[in-house]
Amino acid sequence: MDKKLGVYICSGCSIGDSLDTGSLVKIAEGEGKAACCRVHPFLCSREGVDWIRKDLEDDTADAVVIAACSPRVKTDAFAFDPFTVMERVNLREHVAWCQKPRDEDTQMMAEDYLRMGIAKARKMEKLIPVSETISKKILVVGGGVTGMTAAKESADAGYEVLLVEREASLGGYVAGVKSRFPGHPPYAETIHEGIRDTIDAVLYHSKIQVLTSAHIDKIQGQPGMFDVEIEVGGSIVRDRVGAIVQATGWKPYDPSKLGHLGYGSSPDIVTNIEFEEMAAKGRIFRPSDGKPVGSVLFIQCAGSRDKAHLPYCSSVCCMTTLKQAGYIREQNPDAKIYVVYKDIRTPGQYEKYYKAAQEDPLTFFTKGEVVSVEKKSPIGLAATVADTLLGGDIEIKADLVVLAAGMVPNSADGEAIRALEDAELKARTSDSEKQRAEAARKAEELRRHKGTEILNLAYRQGPDLPALRYGFPDSHFICFPYETRRTAIYTAGAVRAPMDSAYAMEDALGAAMKSIQSVELAAQGQAVHPRAGDMSFPDFFLQRCTQCKRCTEECPFGAIDEDEKGTPRPNPYRCRRCGVCLGACPERIISFKNYSVDMIASMIKAIGIPEEEEEKPRILVFMCENDAYPALDIAGLRRLKYDASVRVIPLRCLGSMNIVWIADALSRGFDGILLIGCKFGDDYQCHFIKGSELADRRMENVKETLQRLQLESERLRLTQLSINEPDKLANLINEFADQIREIGPNPYKDM
Amino acid sequence: MDENAKPVLVIGGGIAGITSALEAAEAGCHVVLMEKSAFLGGRVARMYQYFPKLCPPTCGLEINYRRIKNNPRITVLTLAQLESLTGTPGDYEATIKISPRFIRNSCTLCSACVDACPSERPDEFNYGIGKTKAVYLDYAMAFPAMYAIERSACKEGCRACADACIYDAVDLTQKEEKKTVQVSAVIAATGWAPYDAARIQNLGFGSFKNVITNVVMERLAAPEGPTAGRILRPSDGKEPRSIAFVQCAGSRDENHLPYCSAVCCAASFKHANYVRAQYPDADIAIFYIDRRVPGRLEDFLQKLGEDEKTRFNKGKIAKVEEDPATGSLKVTAEDAIRGDRTEQTFDLVVLATGIVPQTDGLPPGFEPDEFRFINNRMEKPGLYAAGCVRRPGEVSAALADATGAALKAFQCAVRSARHG
Ligand SMILES: Cc1cc2nc3c(=O)[nH]c(=O)nc-3n(C[C@H](O)[C@H](O)[C@H](O)COP(=O)(O)OP(=O)(O)OC[C@H]3O[C@@H](n4cnc5c(N)ncnc54)[C@H](O)[C@@H]3O)c2cc1C
Ligand code: SF4
Ligand code: SF4
Repeated sequence: MDKKLGVYICSGCSIGDSLDTGSLVKIAEGEGKAACCRVHPFLCSREGVDWIRKDLEDDTADAVVIAACSPRVKTDAFAFDPFTVMERVNLREHVAWCQKPRDEDTQMMAEDYLRMGIAKARKMEKLIPVSETISKKILVVGGGVTGMTAAKESADAGYEVLLVEREASLGGYVAGVKSRFPGHPPYAETIHEGIRDTIDAVLYHSKIQVLTSAHIDKIQGQPGMFDVEIEVGGSIVRDRVGAIVQATGWKPYDPSKLGHLGYGSSPDIVTNIEFEEMAAKGRIFRPSDGKPVGSVLFIQCAGSRDKAHLPYCSSVCCMTTLKQAGYIREQNPDAKIYVVYKDIRTPGQYEKYYKAAQEDPLTFFTKGEVVSVEKKSPIGLAATVADTLLGGDIEIKADLVVLAAGMVPNSADGEAIRALEDAELKARTSDSEKQRAEAARKAEELRRHKGTEILNLAYRQGPDLPALRYGFPDSHFICFPYETRRTAIYTAGAVRAPMDSAYAMEDALGAAMKSIQSVELAAQGQAVHPRAGDMSFPDFFLQRCTQCKRCTEECPFGAIDEDEKGTPRPNPYRCRRCGVCLGACPERIISFKNYSVDMIASMIKAIGIPEEEEEKPRILVFMCENDAYPALDIAGLRRLKYDASVRVIPLRCLGSMNIVWIADALSRGFDGILLIGCKFGDDYQCHFIKGSELADRRMENVKETLQRLQLESERLRLTQLSINEPDKLANLINEFADQIREIGPNPYKDM
Repeated sequence: MDENAKPVLVIGGGIAGITSALEAAEAGCHVVLMEKSAFLGGRVARMYQYFPKLCPPTCGLEINYRRIKNNPRITVLTLAQLESLTGTPGDYEATIKISPRFIRNSCTLCSACVDACPSERPDEFNYGIGKTKAVYLDYAMAFPAMYAIERSACKEGCRACADACIYDAVDLTQKEEKKTVQVSAVIAATGWAPYDAARIQNLGFGSFKNVITNVVMERLAAPEGPTAGRILRPSDGKEPRSIAFVQCAGSRDENHLPYCSAVCCAASFKHANYVRAQYPDADIAIFYIDRRVPGRLEDFLQKLGEDEKTRFNKGKIAKVEEDPATGSLKVTAEDAIRGDRTEQTFDLVVLATGIVPQTDGLPPGFEPDEFRFINNRMEKPGLYAAGCVRRPGEVSAALADATGAALKAFQCAVRSARHG
């Protein structure tokens, strides 16, 4: 059934002064076939909003187009039933505030925007609330302090928890330490209480089920409906959970790689882990002969902050050394303690702990580089240290050398595992010998990922969270630290970033909060971050699918699986609604009720293309609605003027750009197309991780289209822009428009 | 969550408070978010970029503001201060004083009032550099998107703004209001302020124009800032050719702040990037005790280490002196590695001033530690601190913390529903 469109035009905020609203009304009522069209001088006022509300109530209109200010503002005024189709046309920031008033070109721009808004609203469908039976149970993987805290705190918030631990008992690494340094006052005192209380609190919590010596065989499904199979003692436990906290912790950096610091050459060179074990057992002694130690050398950053080993700082080893120096002092008031460091890193309140250690008269700290550690005969060790604060190179003799070794996340790189499987398959089955060899080489490169699976997700893109850098499975968002690339799976503790146990326990709270939030949102059929609350879902018209697998490969969140034939099997609850799949699909079979290829195509079609002799170029701009679009709003707020030949279409993410739109636009006679997305690369700013990068890759195909049509490649440009660059954006538009004018009109204009 | 559950009160609308509010609200909790200034965003809104990605803070703020706009469970109160808090966990009564904004939410940001306003006020958002009209908007993307008037800056009897506004958005008769809310838990996310650098006498801040602080550096680099993003010497507006960064300016010092402020190393390394982006040939020197960039921030240090014209000098600054003729600054420092003193002259000196927790206006129960941070999460039910008021740190750490605090508050809210 055709919609009854109510079109509401605001003439306030200079819109009315700048534009002929009368002819806008004509467009809405005429070609736009609006059921009603009203102009108000202050549409966001109570009266204006009441007009709209009344039209909706008495069924004069059942869908709304508001042509006024940016959809970013006055959201509270224009808040109708979320299921009502509503489109906002930005006549203020994007027209009246940035264009010459009462000008022909300005008017054309406004009219086009109105037509586009009407076209979009016509194509939009009412959302239908979805509700499935959702499990709100939280699966916590890993029973160290982080996992236990996540479990306990989720349970205390009223949620059922399933806690899975690989080892026979809970506690992880912290269960074995002699003491911990404090995250709370009193800062100079170590904590000697173990974690028995925490373990008991978990074991006896009525809402927590604990499985130890347990292995996750498979996790299948999607948020709110993850089906988990866990192997415990030879039998399989099955359960359904809603969200997952991965708290699998860390492992020490492989000390056998620390040969350059003498590890392995003498039993008296130990790692901080081995030292902790010794201290926890009671007496600190020299392993080679069991004698007490009179001098100890701690070598900081053993493996960390080293390109050849762990490029990052392990964050905890400075504090650990200070704590362990305390163990030595407790047992031997006369022992000499040396600490050789690059920088001592005791941020925040931890400084107090360092300060206390510095006050010890027999503890010597020096910055320096350890060049070698050698055995002295018959017993003892000597380290050569360069560039020290004690004046040039020095030699430090010690009975015991402790290497402050770093932490490696206990993670698995799902993407790498999948790539390994693909390469292995190709190495076996590819037709060409060259390809087989190439695949075999790749497989070899990825071999170290073999058998590293932790979550065993039955996901097309791989069985675990994709790792970003150095094995940490985060998604590199400063502002959204818990986000990963798998919906409703969050990490906490040392697997997320190097951190000590005090931080890790707190970190567990945040990941638990995110998990709870994701099941609550799933229960309402709503998306999680960054489109939290979005109730649209992607629909796949599979009859026309050609099994090209682009959507399954490109979804940044691994939302789409495949059957044997390669037909996509969407998992809507994993979806973040970015629309990357919609952009990827060459058959245009993926759509949302309120966002589709057809909808954008009809917006493009709604734009008037002036005849060639009018010498008015038309430039289509696709921009990311999260960053570039607000930047253009700010350009308007600041009254920056820019070329009137542009027509902007905001996209959920530039990655949702389907190249068919570009082909459409070029063949309709658009003279230039500008695509503006977020920064990509190592320090990407795209909220959907890879959207703008994927759009950039698709441009390759478009270039071919251009060639085929014999159009200049300069007519098409993709740029990266940050949200704080409104000036740059206005300049970019002007500069591009000038360039297009220089190239001349698109020859397909009059066809 | 049960609709009977009492809301959570979040004090402080910086990035940590915003995050606590959103994470709890998106999980189903009602939240009252109160901010003492006229706009949300806190300190990060005044920053140009975040280390280590060098991305703009407004990018994340924009997403968060959108989340707030889309979430009916969050009530934002600006110009709000807590007057009292009574009760027990799960059942508090908070009285909030709301100062008049003199602008109603019918404001459309059309800016007619600003054009009409004849009075000015020091631009606090820019740390006092430059002026705004008495009717002001801190930054273009500010939320809520409506002006505010600093009435004390207005001329007696002036109502130019009210006359100019055709949307009836100016109300100069607005009075202070009181609001009482029943809440289940309170999150204090009141953040930090920069340490007063004038107290560190040997570094010359306040006496020498070309000695600036790191927070001012953020404003100089910001395109929206007082110099439209150009890093220039305050004394003469010239481009600096040599810049010194003085780490631990006040921090790790028993006479000032005995703790480490945790972010100023990375902040200075970021500022070195700002300088390099504008001045490919400038000499940069960083005077430090330890370079504290834990975790993956190490990459950021390594990258800066590759810059040929950036030097790291381990050692404390003895003094900074000004050449009154040129405004240049002579820095005398210890070189701990060479074991001697160095004297070098710079066009600009940037003090990496530390973080001081903001605890004014917090109700009793939020107990400060010996450094005045509120770090009592695990023990005290009902009252939680989050972000830099709890512990100095970078944004991602503050936000992990804020998300955790949201859970503790969420638990109280759940219980408050159960107990009626
Ligand atoms: C020079 C410098 C550069 C930095 N750069 C970076 C960087 O690049 N990347 C990074 O990750 N981190 C950086 N940081 C750290 C970052 O600033 C903090 O992590 C962040 O500001 C913490 O946010 P917050 O919400 O805790 O505090 P704030 O931003 O201070 O927010 C607190 C809010 O609470 C309000 N408030 C205070 N008291 C009350 C009260 N009584 N009632 C109501 N409201 C109140 C304040 O007005 C404010 O809006 C930098 C720090 C410095 C010093
Ligand atoms: S919309 Fe995005 S998240 Fe959803 S299925 Fe498509 S590509 Fe994946
Ligand atoms: S972060 Fe760096 S500059 Fe700041 S107090 Fe700590 S050591 Fe000093």
